[in-house]
Amino acid sequence: MTLLSLSQVGKRFAAAQKEGGTQALDGLSFEIPPGQFVSLLGPSGCGKSTALRLAAGLLEPDAGVITYPGGRPETAFVFQEPTLMPWADALTNARLPLDLKHVPRDEATNRAQQALARVGLGGFERAFPRELSGGMKMRVSLARALVARPKLLLLDEPFAALDEIARNALGDDLLRLWREDGLTVVFVTHSVGESSYLSQRVLVMTGRPGRIAADIALPTGRDTRLSPATIEAQRAINSALNGAMAA
Amino acid sequence: MKHTRDIALPVTVAMLVLGLWEWAVAHWQVPPYVLPAPSAVARAFLENFASLMAALAATLAVTLEAFLSATVLGVAAAIAFSQSRLLERTFYPYAVILQVTPVVAIAPLILIWVGFERINLALVIIATIVAFFPILAGATLGLKSADFNLIDLTRLYGASRAQVLWRIRLPTSLPYLLSGMKTAGGLALIGAVVAEFVAGSGTATGLAWRIVESGNRLEIATLFAALALLALTGVLIFAALSLLEWMLLRRWHESAINRPS
Repeated sequence: MTLLSLSQVGKRFAAAQKEGGTQALDGLSFEIPPGQFVSLLGPSGCGKSTALRLAAGLLEPDAGVITYPGGRPETAFVFQEPTLMPWADALTNARLPLDLKHVPRDEATNRAQQALARVGLGGFERAFPRELSGGMKMRVSLARALVARPKLLLLDEPFAALDEIARNALGDDLLRLWREDGLTVVFVTHSVGESSYLSQRVLVMTGRPGRIAADIALPTGRDTRLSPATIEAQRAINSALNGAMAA
Repeated sequence: MKHTRDIALPVTVAMLVLGLWEWAVAHWQVPPYVLPAPSAVARAFLENFASLMAALAATLAVTLEAFLSATVLGVAAAIAFSQSRLLERTFYPYAVILQVTPVVAIAPLILIWVGFERINLALVIIATIVAFFPILAGATLGLKSADFNLIDLTRLYGASRAQVLWRIRLPTSLPYLLSGMKTAGGLALIGAVVAEFVAGSGTATGLAWRIVESGNRLEIATLFAALALLALTGVLIFAALSLLEWMLLRRWHESAINRPS
């Protein structure tokens, strides 16, 4: 079973000046089965974010095909920045996807409240983004992603701007939400530590133009960030990453 | 404490200047048709109170009508531009031309075309032209300033252009629009005054006409009273728009947030 499949995908961005441009991705292929938590790991500028936007349908590939064999899943996207509406409170922000889909107001409000409670923001419905910490804003962003009950959750370095304590807390929450909802998660990161603990599988990408250098299935037993299995996974990911950088 | 100081300092300066002015006029026996003393201006203001207020009402009506139509037209044009690059590229240059052409130069044409029998409409059109551009420029910039990622996100949920406009672009543009409106408020008043000047005798009935008339009759004290009233009106318009800005932005925009210091 496959939820999302990229086959020989290429993407080129036109340069701001003159001819040329940047080949962000070239021959990128991978398949993701439903329910899996996959990390997309690679050096800065390797096209991870581009791959994620392609998967979301926010960009069109120049080459190759992107397919969803089981039909287009309900998809949510979390950006590196919280990307909230500063003029709206947490509840209105979390409700945005439902408002856009014309879900009746009462139901939308209810579901947004539940989503906020699930990310630990019960009681902060009326708070404006500027009144919230970086971690809390990211939680609102996560609640907004969950509110439309997605099948596929795409996260683009969502915790990169947070301090380590907030990052770890949010990582654990993300794991819990993934298990509870049976989500399929594609998690773009450049943190070996994060990917080794959070995901079941790590796709290591080469430098630009990006393609898959290694596809690593992580063993179970990674119960904490310091479990021997987690450390072992980090070793495997690191060596694949070094191989990808050298190639 | 800080607020008291913000008010006390300019008021003290005003008192000093007025006192010095009063003294200087008496000391050097300046003729009142050159420079009347502040007390004479105050007397002229009280003597002509009813007629000055009527003139103020006329000017204020033109100003507000012009301000409102400039706001509606400016926002409408900015929305049209935000929906179509082609439209923007085609028509923005004309908005700039309208802005850089001195309104005094086109005012006579407008008066002729609209006709002196509809003088009020002509005055409003002239003042609207003066006030229009800052609204258009502010709203256009604001509508373009929306967070790309936020717009991508709405696309993910199949949002229509109208939804993106209403939920994302318009709220984003609000601080820029309000800033344009603050400039436009003052310009609408200036436009009304210029229009009255150009319209000239017998037709216009506003404060600017009172200034011209008082000047012709060498009633300089009345002229000063009308002038002071005009300045005060400008300040009040600015204050009212600043208040509106603060009320709309205080919860979320950096410009309106009082940081504890």
